[in-house]
Amino acid sequence: MEEFWAGVFWAMKIWLIMIISLIMIPAMFGFSLGISETYMTILMKTLKWATQKIQKANAEERAANNSPSNGLILRENGSMEKELGELRRSRPKPPVGGDFTLSDCFYFIRRGIESIVEDEVTQRFTSEELVSWNLLTRTNNNFQYISLKLTLVYGLGIFVRYCILAPLRITLACIGLSWLVIGTTAVGFLPNWRIKFWLSEWVHIICYRICARGLSAAIQYHNRENKPKKGGICVANHTSPIDVVILCNDGGYAMVGQVHGGLMGVLQRAMVRSCPHVWFERSEMKDRHLVTKRLKDHVSDKTKLPILIFPEGTCVNNTSVMMFKKGSFEIGGTIYPVAIKYDPKFGDAFWNSSKYSMVSYLLRMMTSWALVCNVWYLPAMHQQEGEDAVQFANRVKSAIAHQGGLVDLQWDGGLKRAKVKDTFKEQQQKKYSSMVVGDDSSSNSD
Amino acid sequence: MGSRASTLLREEEIEEIKKETGFSHSQITRLYSRFTSLDKGENGTLREDQVNFRGFMRTLAHFRPVEDNEKNKNPPTTEPLNSRTNKLLFAFRLYDLDRDDKISRDELLQVLRMMVGVNISDEQLGSIADRTIQEADQNGDNCISFQEFMKVLEKVDVEQKMSIRFLH
Repeated sequence: MEEFWAGVFWAMKIWLIMIISLIMIPAMFGFSLGISETYMTILMKTLKWATQKIQKANAEERAANNSPSNGLILRENGSMEKELGELRRSRPKPPVGGDFTLSDCFYFIRRGIESIVEDEVTQRFTSEELVSWNLLTRTNNNFQYISLKLTLVYGLGIFVRYCILAPLRITLACIGLSWLVIGTTAVGFLPNWRIKFWLSEWVHIICYRICARGLSAAIQYHNRENKPKKGGICVANHTSPIDVVILCNDGGYAMVGQVHGGLMGVLQRAMVRSCPHVWFERSEMKDRHLVTKRLKDHVSDKTKLPILIFPEGTCVNNTSVMMFKKGSFEIGGTIYPVAIKYDPKFGDAFWNSSKYSMVSYLLRMMTSWALVCNVWYLPAMHQQEGEDAVQFANRVKSAIAHQGGLVDLQWDGGLKRAKVKDTFKEQQQKKYSSMVVGDDSSSNSD
Repeated sequence: MGSRASTLLREEEIEEIKKETGFSHSQITRLYSRFTSLDKGENGTLREDQVNFRGFMRTLAHFRPVEDNEKNKNPPTTEPLNSRTNKLLFAFRLYDLDRDDKISRDELLQVLRMMVGVNISDEQLGSIADRTIQEADQNGDNCISFQEFMKVLEKVDVEQKMSIRFLH
């Protein structure tokens, strides 16, 4: 019995030493031993092979359907005027009273059913559907048995991901987070010499690098000459809390957010000891002027790190960019837009907060293949003459969407939880009314 | 999302829906995913009217294009849900709020009010409703029956206007 425990202890020691030397030290100093690159190459080859096999097996089905898109239906987006005009073609226009026919309702019925089956917005709050299966159980929509080899690879994948990779990643994440707390608290004790800033940045970057290895993240940064500078505001599209880890791997940022309890609270309090972040109490968040003032103060101090803000206000599934809230664009600093795009083949990074808690989300991340993403730094933008905050926000949003290959939507991310405003319905009713009674405004009395 | 949803829908049910509506297997599973994502309360039905998945599919089946029926290997013995008559019946039932097989003046007014909101006065809406009934009514009962409804719309390309192209 004793020997068994001694053996387990020895194995754990070896395990930890291996992790520290092979993964942590390179991560801390920013170079790579090539282990993760080899893993990624093997992974990509395997997925490509699996895709080919699946596609060959489905070849007959594909030929019959020939539908390149992932959608449920093909919408015909004719305008209300055009569609109603066609519907009314079959009867002559009445001379007086108003132009209504019983067939008018067909337009609304069809549009309504189309929206019920598939709309632009609600699909952004669930994980993206993959074009072809990536050998993970969770993305399995239409599994049909194809070949023994494929099932074996799938089974091997499960073993590798759950028994080898997951414990490894969890260990790394724990080490990274505890290092963050310890390191920042320690740096916090130093007086405000120059070395404090340097040390604090170093501590932050190391721990984010360890966390990134803990997720098997393969990040590609583009256009690093446009990296956000001190005293600016960094603006990015939001897919999950991991966005923070991704961006902070390449520089220090000051975070903005609500004060949380629990583990997050501990992290927040530790981080703020070594360098200024902007954490708000829940009650303070409601006071927009207070929020704007604090952010303005932070931005005007040119020694402080750039603020990181996600103007969408909520997590979206990385196929589109939703409405940017104008608050961040009223502060007046230089805006550095950043586009983040994850590759869904290797793992789904979207945090569906109504479906998964933070912990189960992180576990799902750690049992995916990997986290592959591209980060583009876009050139700085300023608010122009005669442009109000909303237009400026839309301009930045379009730039980010264009760079990341995402759909640029005008809809508010808050629709995840809230209902649509009645004004939209009223607009449609007004439009239809003008088609019924014509443009004769004198008869539009109520 | 996908795998968990399709295990709740049994194969026999999928076969039954296939026969009744004419949708393909993959269309049914994908629409089931959509149904579950709309069903926020997770009780198998949508909203106050309590539409369950079968009802949902039956409604959607009205909107399949008529040409798709040729792809069906086992055509149903009764009239398919997406025939011209059934499409018109669907629209008729949207006007006929109390399901008495007649569209009365009041029902027409209610539906008109839903479509135009507050932008048209009661009197004007009333005269529009009167005129519509007058044109359609043939047997003088001041209501529109389904036959009269079909007659008014006989020149309208219902097959195209009430069809949605479902993929896969």
